[in-house]
Amino acid sequence: MPNSLGDYIERNSSEKTFKVSSDKDVVKIREYARDVADDIGFSNNDRTLIATAVSEICRNIIEYAKYGKISIEYLNKNSKRGILITAKDSGPGISDINMALKDGYSSGRGMGVGLPGTKRIMDDFIIESKPDNGTKITMCKWVTT
Amino acid sequence: MLVPILKHGDYLIASVQSSLTDEQLMKLLDSLVVKVANVRAKGVIVDVTILDIMDSFATRILRDMAHMIKLRGAPTVVVGIQPDVALAMVQLGLSLGDINTALDLEEGISLLNEYNGS
Repeated sequence: MPNSLGDYIERNSSEKTFKVSSDKDVVKIREYARDVADDIGFSNNDRTLIATAVSEICRNIIEYAKYGKISIEYLNKNSKRGILITAKDSGPGISDINMALKDGYSSGRGMGVGLPGTKRIMDDFIIESKPDNGTKITMCKWVTT
Repeated sequence: MLVPILKHGDYLIASVQSSLTDEQLMKLLDSLVVKVANVRAKGVIVDVTILDIMDSFATRILRDMAHMIKLRGAPTVVVGIQPDVALAMVQLGLSLGDINTALDLEEGISLLNEYNGS
C-alpha cells in the first residue's frame, strides 16, 4: 500500500469499481473521479489533476490491455481526507518499470506522459507488474489545507 | 451539432460545446480538414474554453489536426485553454508542440490576422 496511508487508515466503504474498455468509459470514470474529488474537498486545480491522471491511466489500460478495472475510494486518515485510485488489468504487463516511468518513453502510440506524469501528480504511486501477468497501479492524493 | 464550425471572414472557428468523446473529436478533425479547402480558409481557430480536461489523447488529436490543416495551407490557433487545464497539461508533461495558442477568440483572430499580414 502507498506509504502515506500508513497503518492507521479508515477506508470508507464507498469504493466504486468501473470497467474500462472504451473511450466512453474513460470519460465517465474521470468525471466520477472529479465529482468524488470535489466531494472530498480538493481545490479546482487538484480536481482537474486527478481527473486527468485517471484519464491517462484508463487510456493506458485500453491501449495495452484492452480491458481493465478502476476503483475510486474515499480516504480518511486522522483528519486528512484523500482519494485512492486503483487500476488493474490482466494485460501484457510492464517488463521494465523503471523505463516506463521515464519521461518521454512510450512502448505504444502515446506521448509517453501517462505513467511518469501521473506519478508526478499523485502523492503516492505504486506499480505492480510482471510480463504477461497484468498490471496494478495504486495511487492516492491528499487534500492540502 | 456538438462542434459548430462557423465562418468568420477568411477564418473558420470551431467552438467545442461540450466534452467530446474520442469519436467526436476525430469527426471534428475530419470536418475541419475538409472545410478548410471548401471555403479556402486562411486560418482555423479551435476554441476549447468548455473542455475541462485535456489528456494525452485530446492533445495528440489537436496536434494532428493542426498539422493536417497546415498541410492544407492554413494555420491553426487553439484558444481558451483553462488555467487548471493548463496546469494539468504542464504537470503531466503534455505539449501542444508548435501549435499556436492564444488566450481567447479575440486574441486568436488577432494572431491569424498577423500571420496573414493584415
